[in-house]
Amino acid sequence: MTTPTSTTTSALDIRDVTLELGDGDARIRALDNVSLTVLPGEFVAIVGPSGSGKSSLLAVAGALTKADSGTVHVHGTDLGRIRSNAAARFRLHTIGFVFQSGNLIPALTAGDQLRLAGRLAGNSSVDPAPLLDAVGMKHRLKHRPGQLSGGERQRVGIARALVNSPSLLLVDEPTAALDRARSHEVVQLLAVQARRANVAVVMVTHDHDVLGHCDRVLEMVDGTLSP
Amino acid sequence: MFLALRELRFARGRFTLMGIVIALIAVLVVLLSGLSSGLVNDGVSGLKAMPATAFAFDKGTITDNAFSRSLVDSQQLQMWKKAQGVDKAEPLGVSIVNGTTDVGKQVDLTLFGIEPAGFLEPSVSSGSTVGNDLGGIVVSETAKSEGIKLGSVVTLDRIGLKLTVVGFTEGQATFGHVDVAYLPIDTWRLIASNTARPGAPTAEQIASLEYRYSSVVAIQAPSRTDLAAVDATAGTMTMSHTEAFNASPGYEAETMTLTMIQVFLYAICALVVGAFFTVWTIQRKGDIAILRAVGSSRGYLLRDSMAQAAILLIGFTAIGVAVGVGFGALMPAAMPFDLEAGPIGLASILTITLGLIGAALAVIRISRIDPLTALGGQR
Ligand SMILES: Nc1ncnc2c1ncn2[C@@H]1O[C@H](COP(=O)(O)OP(=O)(O)OP(=O)(O)O)[C@@H](O)[C@H]1O
Ligand SMILES: [Mg+2]
Repeated sequence: MTTPTSTTTSALDIRDVTLELGDGDARIRALDNVSLTVLPGEFVAIVGPSGSGKSSLLAVAGALTKADSGTVHVHGTDLGRIRSNAAARFRLHTIGFVFQSGNLIPALTAGDQLRLAGRLAGNSSVDPAPLLDAVGMKHRLKHRPGQLSGGERQRVGIARALVNSPSLLLVDEPTAALDRARSHEVVQLLAVQARRANVAVVMVTHDHDVLGHCDRVLEMVDGTLSP
Repeated sequence: MFLALRELRFARGRFTLMGIVIALIAVLVVLLSGLSSGLVNDGVSGLKAMPATAFAFDKGTITDNAFSRSLVDSQQLQMWKKAQGVDKAEPLGVSIVNGTTDVGKQVDLTLFGIEPAGFLEPSVSSGSTVGNDLGGIVVSETAKSEGIKLGSVVTLDRIGLKLTVVGFTEGQATFGHVDVAYLPIDTWRLIASNTARPGAPTAEQIASLEYRYSSVVAIQAPSRTDLAAVDATAGTMTMSHTEAFNASPGYEAETMTLTMIQVFLYAICALVVGAFFTVWTIQRKGDIAILRAVGSSRGYLLRDSMAQAAILLIGFTAIGVAVGVGFGALMPAAMPFDLEAGPIGLASILTITLGLIGAALAVIRISRIDPLTALGGQR
């Protein structure tokens, strides 16, 4: 059992969360009584078969969807109690998302991807160079996504997720489009960033090869989470 | 506008294509506006220039070509002159005649018979005003292109009456696409009553004239005056200055046709721009979902997208207007085409506004895109 004090110190605290999706006959229970606590700087991987509810868990943790029951706290903020505008602002400042490959804006250079993320949070003087340097992409500052490889795009995506110094990083299948060597590179990068900036990372993956970089691996089956 | 500008540059092919369509619409809008101003000026500039607030027609005159159909007698004129609240009432005779100049050129003229030194007297750019010179006419400045000069003599066909050009009006004065010639009302009566004889009109002819009619009564009265009451006693019907435009030959048909084309053009502009931004918004649905997931507000994305549409519309409308004005300058003089800043400004603003409305209806979809779709596996 977690004590109330650990609720405020943990980066992510999900308790007894249930989420139902769809309507009528198509209604299914995507998350069934799920609990998960992630500490700052901890790197948690979630594996499981397709359709088991992994993305749904990230959606609930990232204030994209509200749980039907149970509670979700991110750094002490109760996500069940904030409205959609406040949720957007909360995501902007506290949560970083890394998506499957190709989720950069095609019109923007690597540098501008980061600048836009900064501007959205009200910071129009972001210098993208140090962050891109940290992910080994400084030499591609002026390249657009179309001119980058899959792995390079994913690294820019990670840098973008870190622009507003989030305390929780939610990563959905970052290596789906990458070969083995690139997958290791990207996941290792996430692990390094988590430790360096004390960011909690929850990563969903199908890729069992990369689990060695993680502190903890949990398995999702039919909406329930087990170690 | 951070994203808006970069997207404009990135997808410049698509935006330029759309921009060219907008610019072409703007060119058409300018040309139609010029044509419409030109036709209006050609049709009624002679009336427009008159300082009358209303015109009284004989009761029962049908609106079409009412000026040359109507005939009011001296009793009706007197009632208007004496009516309460009417500042000025003077006879105006209107008829369209064919004539030949002294160099053998055939010309058409709209005769405006007015009281010499009356309030309908046009201001002249050269020569003298319509005085008591019975055979003198003041002709529209535009008649100069027909080779008419001060001192030119126009002989009316069939009648043989000779009229001498004594002055030119300030600016264009045409009516029913024909140059106006102002002349004393008595001379007009001579012509209208078919009692004119070949040669210049003489005082004896006027003296023996028993014809006391005019086409209409031109009125100057403050807007509070009850014209309908005077109409009832005088047996006339009044039309305001602008209503009277419809009573000039072909005016209503021409302006209605052009207005309809313009309305369609504006509707096409809104639809085309709306369709473009609908497709464009659907294309970037994924990008918008990511930005929403990252935490961008709906307002930011809507503002950014509208700014993008505004830049596109304003930029290419300006180009189109410039090209349209350039084309307009090349139009042959014989074509009724006048570029006027007011109507062109209004037309540009309408093009931009209706384009923006079309874009807004498309861009509003952005606010309905669910950020959840950015997550893998839920697309
Ligand atoms: N919008 C929705 N409406 C109805 N059902 C949904 C919706 N989104 C997802 N589901 C269902 O919820 C369940 C969990 O979906 P989820 O996307 O979380 O799975 P996942 O573990 O991420 O799968 P994958 O590994 O394929 O990405 C699935 O059975 C899916 O069909
Ligand atoms: Mg998924």
